[in-house]
Amino acid sequence: MKIVITATKPQTDGLVDPRFGRAQYFILMEAETQQWEALENPAIAQSGGAGVAAAQFIIDKHVDAVVSGDFGPNASRALGGADIKMFLFSPEVDTVQSAVDLFKQDKLQQFK
Amino acid sequence: MKPIQIAVASGKGGTGKTTIATSLALSLAEKYHVAYLDCDVEAPNGHLFLHPEFNTSTEAVIRIPRIDKNRCTLCGKCVEVCQFHALAKVGKTIMVFPQLCHGCGSCTWNCPEHAIEEIPNPIGVLESGKARQDFHYAHGTLTISEPMATPIIRQLKRLEIPPQTAISILDAPPGASCSVVETLRGSDFALLVTEPTPFGLHDLGQMQGIVEEMRIPAGVIINRENGDYLPLLEYCTKHHLPVMLRVPFERRIAEGVARGQTLVEIYPEYRQCFLDLFDSIAVLANQ
Ligand code: SF4
Ligand code: SF4
Repeated sequence: MKIVITATKPQTDGLVDPRFGRAQYFILMEAETQQWEALENPAIAQSGGAGVAAAQFIIDKHVDAVVSGDFGPNASRALGGADIKMFLFSPEVDTVQSAVDLFKQDKLQQFK
Repeated sequence: MKPIQIAVASGKGGTGKTTIATSLALSLAEKYHVAYLDCDVEAPNGHLFLHPEFNTSTEAVIRIPRIDKNRCTLCGKCVEVCQFHALAKVGKTIMVFPQLCHGCGSCTWNCPEHAIEEIPNPIGVLESGKARQDFHYAHGTLTISEPMATPIIRQLKRLEIPPQTAISILDAPPGASCSVVETLRGSDFALLVTEPTPFGLHDLGQMQGIVEEMRIPAGVIINRENGDYLPLLEYCTKHHLPVMLRVPFERRIAEGVARGQTLVEIYPEYRQCFLDLFDSIAVLANQ
């Protein structure tokens, strides 16, 4: 399963980024093998439509789920349309790794 | 004859721009046929001072794409060319996000399959009518939350105004964005309202850059002046910006404005100042 976590730094021990459309980085991870790569968010400097641009970027990576702090109406419509599941950070989440761990334990709430 | 078009602008909100614009309109309306256009479509407020009676109302629309699924090959060209990210390729469909669409038409132009038709999407309301002293008044109000000010300002400026109009006064939105540029477009003169503070000076600098680029003659009105603020005066001299009016900081004015009064209602003697101001504008605009 391929997941994306929004992050402030291009590494898994950095803090998560609560924003989706304007997240600094996307950490793309294969949940089973924990292999990951950091991608810069191409939408970060957009004056408008950052949510849709970021969603398109994620959709084109064919991921299964995204974990972030919140999803705007446009981003969630696009991601939902592509059958990508959305999950929200819980208060315990600080680093990207902690988000991955909680996600794998099924402890994160799904965004609907 | 084409009316002389004066835009009243300021870098930020709260400089008293509307007080100046409405007072100018009220003063000139005694002598000339005036039209007042409130172009601050995100927060129009001129009507609170001028109390117009609207007799026409039209919908402002932009044209947004509708994709014909039978023709669309999902090539993705439209998504690529849309600089506003109002389109996304999601699975086997092209999704349209009407609230992000600026109606620019790029997607329609670039679709190789002619799979896009354009349908109207309302973005706001344009209203016009008469204000006190019989002058023409019009404003637009955005009804959607997205920053789609430019198309509605363009449509507001295209509304018909009475043929005898000699002067049109445009109250520009605050800031230094595309909507200000759209308001200034075609103006014969720009009145830049500023406050004598470092912030005011910074914003005036931005506005000066815009009017210079657009080659619109401009002058400055210093509002809420509390003694000479030298950096501002030096800036104006350096950039050949005439200081056309200086309004002191006074409690009586602030209180009057808070009650919905314009400057000329608080101090009728300003009427002559605004008439003189217009004479200077007429000269400067023709140079
Ligand atoms: S009309 Fe312009 S803004 Fe609207 S979807 Fe097409 S390309 Fe994007
Ligand atoms: S450009 Fe035309 S054919 Fe290509 S994806 Fe868009 S609508 Fe479909």
